[in-house]
Amino acid sequence: MRIDGNGLIDRTKPLRFSFDGHAYDGYHGDTLASALLANGIRLVGRSFKYHRPRGIMTAGSEEPNALVTVGQGAAQDPNLRATTLELHDGLEARSQNRWPSLDWDLLALNDLAAPFFGAGFYYKTFMWPRAFWEKLYEPMIRRAAGLGALSGQANAERYEKAFAHCDLLVIGAGPAGLMAALTAARAGADVILADEDRVMGGRLNLETEEVGGQAGRDWAAGVVEELRAMENVRLMPRTTVTGAYDGGTYGAVERVAMHVPNPGPAPRECFWRISARRAILATGALERPVAFRDNDRPGIMMAGAVRAYVNRWNVAPGRSVVVFGNNDGAHRTAADLLAAGVNVAALVDARLGATTTLDVPFYAGHICGSEGRKGLEAVSIATMSGIEKVQADCLAVSGGWNPSLHLACHMGGRPDWSPGIVAFVPRAGMVPGLAAAGAANGTFSTAGCLAAGADAAQAALTDLGLNPGMPEIPRAEDGTYDITPLWSVPGKGRAWLDFQNDVTVKDVKLAVREAYASVEHMKRYTTQGMAPDQGKNSNVNALAVLADATGRTIPETGTTTYRPPFVPVSIAAMGAGAQGKGFAPERMTTSHKASVAAGAPMIEAGLWYRPSYFPAPGETIWRQSCDREVGFVRGAVGICDVSTLGKIDIQGPDAGAFLDFVYTNMFSTLKVGRTRYGLMLREDGHVMDDGTTARLGENHYLMTTTTAAAGPVMRHLEFVRQGLRPDLDVQLMSVTEQWAQFAVAGPKSRELVNGLLDIPIDNDSFPFMGCGAVTLGGIDARLFRISFSGEHAYEIAVPARYGDSLFRLLKRQAEALGGGAYGMEALNVLRIEKGFITHAEIHGRTTAFDIGMQGMMSRKKDFIGKSASQRRGLMDEGRERLVGLKPVGDVQQLTAGAHLFDEGAEAIRENDQGYVTSVGFSPTLGHYIGLGFLRRGPERIGETIRMVDHLRGVETTCEVCNPVFFDPEGGRARG
Amino acid sequence: MAESELNLIATPPCAGLLPLSIGTVTASEEPSCALTSIAPYRGQEGALSDALKNAHGMAWPKPGRMTGKAGARALWFGQGQALLVGPAPDAGLARHAALTDQSDAWAMVRLSGAGAQDVLARLTPLDLRRGSFKRGHTARTEIAHMMGSLTRLGEEAFLILVFRSMAATLAHDLETAMQSVAARKRL
Repeated sequence: MRIDGNGLIDRTKPLRFSFDGHAYDGYHGDTLASALLANGIRLVGRSFKYHRPRGIMTAGSEEPNALVTVGQGAAQDPNLRATTLELHDGLEARSQNRWPSLDWDLLALNDLAAPFFGAGFYYKTFMWPRAFWEKLYEPMIRRAAGLGALSGQANAERYEKAFAHCDLLVIGAGPAGLMAALTAARAGADVILADEDRVMGGRLNLETEEVGGQAGRDWAAGVVEELRAMENVRLMPRTTVTGAYDGGTYGAVERVAMHVPNPGPAPRECFWRISARRAILATGALERPVAFRDNDRPGIMMAGAVRAYVNRWNVAPGRSVVVFGNNDGAHRTAADLLAAGVNVAALVDARLGATTTLDVPFYAGHICGSEGRKGLEAVSIATMSGIEKVQADCLAVSGGWNPSLHLACHMGGRPDWSPGIVAFVPRAGMVPGLAAAGAANGTFSTAGCLAAGADAAQAALTDLGLNPGMPEIPRAEDGTYDITPLWSVPGKGRAWLDFQNDVTVKDVKLAVREAYASVEHMKRYTTQGMAPDQGKNSNVNALAVLADATGRTIPETGTTTYRPPFVPVSIAAMGAGAQGKGFAPERMTTSHKASVAAGAPMIEAGLWYRPSYFPAPGETIWRQSCDREVGFVRGAVGICDVSTLGKIDIQGPDAGAFLDFVYTNMFSTLKVGRTRYGLMLREDGHVMDDGTTARLGENHYLMTTTTAAAGPVMRHLEFVRQGLRPDLDVQLMSVTEQWAQFAVAGPKSRELVNGLLDIPIDNDSFPFMGCGAVTLGGIDARLFRISFSGEHAYEIAVPARYGDSLFRLLKRQAEALGGGAYGMEALNVLRIEKGFITHAEIHGRTTAFDIGMQGMMSRKKDFIGKSASQRRGLMDEGRERLVGLKPVGDVQQLTAGAHLFDEGAEAIRENDQGYVTSVGFSPTLGHYIGLGFLRRGPERIGETIRMVDHLRGVETTCEVCNPVFFDPEGGRARG
Repeated sequence: MAESELNLIATPPCAGLLPLSIGTVTASEEPSCALTSIAPYRGQEGALSDALKNAHGMAWPKPGRMTGKAGARALWFGQGQALLVGPAPDAGLARHAALTDQSDAWAMVRLSGAGAQDVLARLTPLDLRRGSFKRGHTARTEIAHMMGSLTRLGEEAFLILVFRSMAATLAHDLETAMQSVAARKRL
């Protein structure tokens, strides 16, 4: 019910919104919660386990009950707290965890069965039979007990992540935070002031008190204006700091455009990582409930929240309000209600000998029960003279306040117990660089908070070497708190502690009876504190009940572990930017556009995109294209972009010695203008990578690596250079990106190349494995006579700016000679025909011996991996070693990943003889060919072996062959 | 083929991707120029710095710094490395250092205008506050999820280098961040 007043709502800006399909009115400045209360809506949700009717309980991010879903379809956003959800025109919110409707929820039957459903019920009941858990019990329980749900579709709405840096991060913009920010800002420090709310000011926006002779909220607005005008201050409203991490890093989630109906490309939320040299925790305190019978009915709220709704939003949460508390806040609440013209049906003070000067029915006693199925109708008050029932539709409760110290505990520190305020307070130094101030530190008067904020900023700035002036502390309320501990009111029935997970006082006592007496065990047994509110409303109460049940003190009982995030953070915000193209960078070769234009499907090779094949008109399956492209290379000339291979420039007087150290074979003896194949081992003696290295000059080599290992090899070489061989004067530089490089392969390759070169070459000037500088139309290029296909072939490299142009030209020229471009499929078939290895074979578990290259391990020198490669077992004849395979059975297919077994042996792990690594259909030979590793492989050439692919269900018989299927003498490449 | 017939066309790394202006921020490709990696051989740092000063007018840059001026700059580019931006390197430098042509290896983008720093705050964890990352400061850093080089050229102007092959990803990430920054201002 809306009442008169000048709160922080704009009555000139009415808004329409809907809740569960019904249309309502609100004002700009409302939260969904305040607008619902203004419309007299008390029932807003059903509880997690028992489907009990629940209403709005708080006015902040700690809200346990009023969780709603907004958005439709993929944009469905569940579990939003109505108390922080800003109203906007057209907002459509829906309640959760009810079926078929909020008002008539069939699963509320759970509540009637509650005697059976106590803590531990699931653990005890659904143990047997074991297989039923996953298939039946768990899905059933999850369906019945739950919160809102995501749509399961990919959400196209925008979220983002960002970084910020500052000298001082002030977390919370109440009186302490504002004063801290002001002190630091005036001293010239870079300040970030983050606050959850839309309007900064904290409780000053919710209370009626004065600061510096003006309304508290006006003073706050003035400070915010001053801060806003300062260059060195960044105000971050709507931003919740969610976690404290190592090195002064804080996570924070900002609600950027959730309050805007049509935000355009603005993100809904931004997840910030804030790096702060110092931080001040000024997060205030959270009011705690009191457990009494049926204390969860809609209409039962925190006293501070009732004041907030009355003062800030001009909403009376009820027509007839009872106030109950164990501290002076209860009296303040009654006074504010009276001032706003709301009927106070009773003020109940649990403190011994309490009195009041307010003109309200006053009771020194306790609330011991409530009535009203879907909303509060009456409360029972127990006093010395008996139990009296009072009609009320709202009960404001205060059990005291807990400092919001969560962030201070995020790095494992445990807080101290403060008997004076009957609450935990942060201990200094729990998070390095972070100091708590104000209510977060247990200071509960406004005057104390203002002074504490200024003091904390002074200390932080002095620590940073800045010289802050002491600002004038405005005069403010310095009232009393005067709390007497009260956790639960004894009596029958269920008294709720954790409203979000439906945990009662009885459940905690049951946990103790079942020997789950440690606070961490009690938590897990009862699930107290494990709901999205992380126990903000229940932790201290529950452990006080636990302490009582175990005969320990509260500090002896201790707290559970506080973990980030402080409030729920949507995964969309944490993962922002990582969807779709954001998942990983894309690397495009210079021939990308021409390949795509030619219709080539592009496949991922690491981050690179490479053409799979180039379909010709009339071809319907990839194999047709692949076979044709293999034919280009074997019969005419093919063009392939090989720019993705790693290229490393190696220069210096000791370049040769360096290569001798990292390769198994010799490179210092390589002649200038020649290229050599090299094999590289890891320190453990297994093969790391292979490739060719050219000697471009006396002290200048160019290494090529495989595409996959370009980065790892560069890293490895840098490690060797800096760490293992700092004695060598050598420099390394990646030039992978500098050069566009194309293979020109086939019998007509020289004809094609000579058509482009300014000075033609012949077999004498450019023999097999030759290399050197050439020019094309005056452009400096490099030519290498190397071959990955076994044909007479070249690789030609030009500065990348010419790559697109040269590829188109090469492709055209090749087509004129009866050839054309070829893709990865053909490249793979060509190399398998030649028995050339890739990382399918050198997959990290194979040695030089396994791939038949033990002869490349020089005896004349040391090299990385040499000693380890000679370990017994790594040269064992019985190892799985490289062989070729061809099908000889009825099934003429080979599959990579299949395993090999002796004929007649059962195809089980124990009989495994090896596995297939690479396969392809060879159009040159007219059948499938494959490479694989087979125990004692080279000794078994000519034998037949059984291939079984358990995954694909393929089985055939193979002949073990020499891995070089085509032109074993290698004459074609030399010709 | 005779020299006159063969006409290879140069394509810049960001062809078809940039320029891009959203709100007050503009991303544009820098004009093509010579880029040369310079890595001094052992004990040659001093001689190299002198040679660099004589030939191109700038000293060897300290870690995290840029030397020279528009048209001829040297960017610190990693441990014991600098990138000469602008002139073709004087041949005499090769006596003191390994020189490697990188003119085609990097996409060079200038990001400028009010809010450029806010755009970068969405792409890199670096502290880019004016007091921390001043004009002439440079870093090898993460840009979106690419490894690159970032230099402040002015109050609201930055130079970004990423691998040439990743130019499209950089343009995409810049566009997304620029849209976001502009859209926030309109809220």
